[in-house]
Amino acid sequence: MVNVIWFGLIVIGVIVAALEGNLQAVNEAAFEGAKEGVTICFGLISILVFWLGMMKIARESGLLETFAKILSPVAHRLFPDVPKDHPAMGYILANMSANLFGLGNAATPMGIKAMEELQKLNPHKEKATPAMITLMALNTSSITLIPTTVIAIRLNYGSSNAVEIVGTTLFATFCSTLIAVMLDRWCRRRYGY
Amino acid sequence: MYTVITAISVWAIPALICFILIYGIIKGLPVYETFVEGAKEGFGTAINIIPHLVGMMVAVSIFRASGALDYLLLFISPVLSLLYIPAEVVPLAIIRPISGAGALAITSDLIAQYGPDSFIGRLASTMQGSTDTTLYVLTVYFGAIGVRKIGYALKVGLLADLAGALAAILIVTIVFG
Repeated sequence: MVNVIWFGLIVIGVIVAALEGNLQAVNEAAFEGAKEGVTICFGLISILVFWLGMMKIARESGLLETFAKILSPVAHRLFPDVPKDHPAMGYILANMSANLFGLGNAATPMGIKAMEELQKLNPHKEKATPAMITLMALNTSSITLIPTTVIAIRLNYGSSNAVEIVGTTLFATFCSTLIAVMLDRWCRRRYGY
Repeated sequence: MYTVITAISVWAIPALICFILIYGIIKGLPVYETFVEGAKEGFGTAINIIPHLVGMMVAVSIFRASGALDYLLLFISPVLSLLYIPAEVVPLAIIRPISGAGALAITSDLIAQYGPDSFIGRLASTMQGSTDTTLYVLTVYFGAIGVRKIGYALKVGLLADLAGALAAILIVTIVFG
């Protein structure tokens, strides 16, 4: 799947550029894109180092486990194939909470950590498990209480009520999360997981 | 409402940090050593993601710069118009799952052009806040653990994005329309 998309994006891009006589733009774009990728990863270093340090404390102290236990009825329904007391559950819940509160920066390290734990349960290391896909689906559609970036942009352009979109965003993300979970379940059954 | 929300966003991270630390101390943990031990993993994880993200960013960047994205928009716009998606936000709906930076640029542009308190401004704000960049999430999360076969993940992600965009239009029309 990723192979096809990657191949498609590049080859279609090059063909369109060639037809438009715009190949110079592809040259620049290739290196710009590469630079952007590295820039994002370097930006991630500080966040990952800091939050994985904090998460280690949360895990060693048993905080993560307690947290997972409190929310386990919901989590267990969403991730039926992850054992209730598995460390993955704590990270999954930490990731979901961070997304909920719009702490995008903190959500990524916890999501990665959750994926690493889920990978330990994975019998075929190259292939995504249903639980991984559910986590991914929850992340791309995630319920958001406070869309901080958007509020900042709105303030920047002199909005009279920058936070008025909080309610609409909450509703829209609630719908997308619900649909993501339903689609995920449907696909699970359809592809025989 | 506004003061409550700003207070929450200012307090959330400091409160969380303190809570984790205090809980650790109460449990008798050497918090600093534990922090450093966990933090060590961060660097390697970030470096592992580089090849995946560079690969994907190059592809997206070429696709956009070549003009192929514009053709895609041209092709999809009439279909989305049938779904009552206002033409102005169609590019945002399409780019949001592909490129986070691209979507943010379009949102800022729409807000600057139509004003944050206009219908288009509110709709763009809601759509921007509603989903995450699916391609980025896929690349980072699956890249970090070296999973290559992603199954139905992309399908679910993109359809959820579409659902989010439609829900945003629906609710913004009802509330502000």
